[in-house]
Amino acid sequence: MKQFRRVLALATVSLVALAACGDDAEETTATDPAATATTAAPAATEEPADATTAPAATEPAAPDEPVGDVAQAIVSLSPTATEILFAIGAGDQVIAVDDQSNYPAEAAAKASALSGYEPNVEAIAAYEPDLVLHDGTTDLATSLDTLGISDWVGAAALSFDDIYVQIEQLGAATGHVAEAAELVANMQADIADAVASVPALETPLAFYHELDPTFYSVTSNTFIGQVYGLFGLRNVADTAEGTSDYPQLSAEFLISQSPDLIFLADTKCCGETVETVAARPGWDAISAVANGGVVALDDDVASRWGPRVVELVQTIADSVNAVATVTAG
Amino acid sequence: MLADPLARTATTARSVAARPGRWWLPASLVLLAVALFLGVMVGPAGNWGSADWNIIWNVRLPRVVLAGIVGATLSLSGASYQGVFRNPLVDPYLLGVAAGAGLGATIVFAVGRASTTTWLIDPLPLAAFIGGLLAVLLTYLVGASFGANRNGVTLVLAGVAVTSLATAIQAFVLQRNTEVIREVYSWILGRLTLANWGDVRLVLPYVVVSSAVLLLHRRHLDVLRVGDDEAISLGTQVTRVRLVVVIAATMGTAAVVSVSGLIGFVGIVVPHAVRLLAGASYRRLLPLSLVVGAAFLILADIPGRVLQDPAETPIGVVTAFFGAPFFILVLRTRGRSLG
Repeated sequence: MKQFRRVLALATVSLVALAACGDDAEETTATDPAATATTAAPAATEEPADATTAPAATEPAAPDEPVGDVAQAIVSLSPTATEILFAIGAGDQVIAVDDQSNYPAEAAAKASALSGYEPNVEAIAAYEPDLVLHDGTTDLATSLDTLGISDWVGAAALSFDDIYVQIEQLGAATGHVAEAAELVANMQADIADAVASVPALETPLAFYHELDPTFYSVTSNTFIGQVYGLFGLRNVADTAEGTSDYPQLSAEFLISQSPDLIFLADTKCCGETVETVAARPGWDAISAVANGGVVALDDDVASRWGPRVVELVQTIADSVNAVATVTAG
Repeated sequence: MLADPLARTATTARSVAARPGRWWLPASLVLLAVALFLGVMVGPAGNWGSADWNIIWNVRLPRVVLAGIVGATLSLSGASYQGVFRNPLVDPYLLGVAAGAGLGATIVFAVGRASTTTWLIDPLPLAAFIGGLLAVLLTYLVGASFGANRNGVTLVLAGVAVTSLATAIQAFVLQRNTEVIREVYSWILGRLTLANWGDVRLVLPYVVVSSAVLLLHRRHLDVLRVGDDEAISLGTQVTRVRLVVVIAATMGTAAVVSVSGLIGFVGIVVPHAVRLLAGASYRRLLPLSLVVGAAFLILADIPGRVLQDPAETPIGVVTAFFGAPFFILVLRTRGRSLG
């Protein structure tokens, strides 16, 4: 419950901050990069302590945590948060990252045996952090609370706006507000450019996003599904929407759907490649396999909601353009 | 057909066994034919006629065939374990064989499945076999030391303990290799999703050898039913028979587990259903379990494919859904004699 309240508090604070800077802030989308960049930045400057002291909204801050200070000894248990910190120039304030944080290279150098899946509170406390970043999927918040260690929850993004909010919050928490605002603006501009580079197609291309070699996929309800939604692609997994947002599709269904594009998010975990997909029995009949529409993604880029989501969007844009040319010609 | 000549020559059979045996095998073959027909007819890509030949040949048919092989092997092994341990409650899962095989396979996954594709012999079935064999031996030793020969439940409890141990080690290995969790998890639930002719070729040699050895020992299992002392006095080398049957059944189980994952309850549901209908003689039970087991798993996989079409329902979920209540029924009806 405590953890839930904490997330709620965070959400409320950021909503208030957004609302404070004008009615149009809520309508800001990826297609309107300038608006968020200019409106969000002042909001963060006005109340730089929002993110770090968000728990204070529900409980009094401990006396040894002066409000307004920026975190100088950060332990990140979230690979996404790690990527954000280094992208906004807060890398020097990081003392340790979890075993999954492998990007960028400077972050990997601070990798520890700490696990974000099974966090060991004692091991975390031994680093004497003044801020712990995690994704809120474990009970960690409660334990850290007991020890008087501040934490910041960056739950898996459900939308692009979630990403930008998290970047701005981390900017505020680390005293890199301007860099955070710049990163958000750049991301929004790059994403808008990538989307604009793809002409609207009369019949939308169908795609299949593969999470693992047993055909687990994502529907358009997930964040990753929304990334594809930017290009108006048709997700074959949406047929299975009723069962789960991460349905396991059958091989028969995939072959009969014959998607134009197959995106492999299981290249690192499971060694899938364009060749292994082509070698699957019966798959040579799929349009994507026949027309070079099988795209190998970086598992990490395709599963984190950090700055590198721009790379993902760019890869999708390039792939759509390549396949659209082939099928048109 | 298989059972008839042997049934006639077997001295212990006499009049009771021979006559129904003649009918049950053709009947079970008809059931298998129906299952095969339905299995090939129905699927998410459309039923026969509307589905593409490519899909039927490359995806659906190997899946149906593999389901048949897995079902046949699991129920034949289950029936054999029940005979060799003189315990109607055991099956490849309750003895810890499946968990042991699962641990072996998990280790292969953790080391890296991708690096093994170039190997001459796929290490997956071998690792599963070693894990399964170690588990069943451990179960037997633990069970025997607590008097499993007198009380059937002790062996089952030993199997539960061994299963827990293997599962715990498996969890530890997974913890160290979080990147393979999803793959192993979908494998634990039982998967025929990826069935292809390569899988069929991979398991077939193991399964053929295992089934042949088990079927050749079905008369010995009948002799074992009367008790070790009597079996020895009838000229049966009890220890040798037991060892050969356990190794053969474990080899078959491990081979199919390595491609299909953990599909529970087949090894106990099918042999017991066959016993209820055709009697307890192993001369009939083993071939019938083989055929009915194949039919059962092919049929069980159909809801797996179409229930949530186009999403998959793991087959292990379907078999457990039917198997668990049936197991309770078996416990209820046979529990008294085990006391």
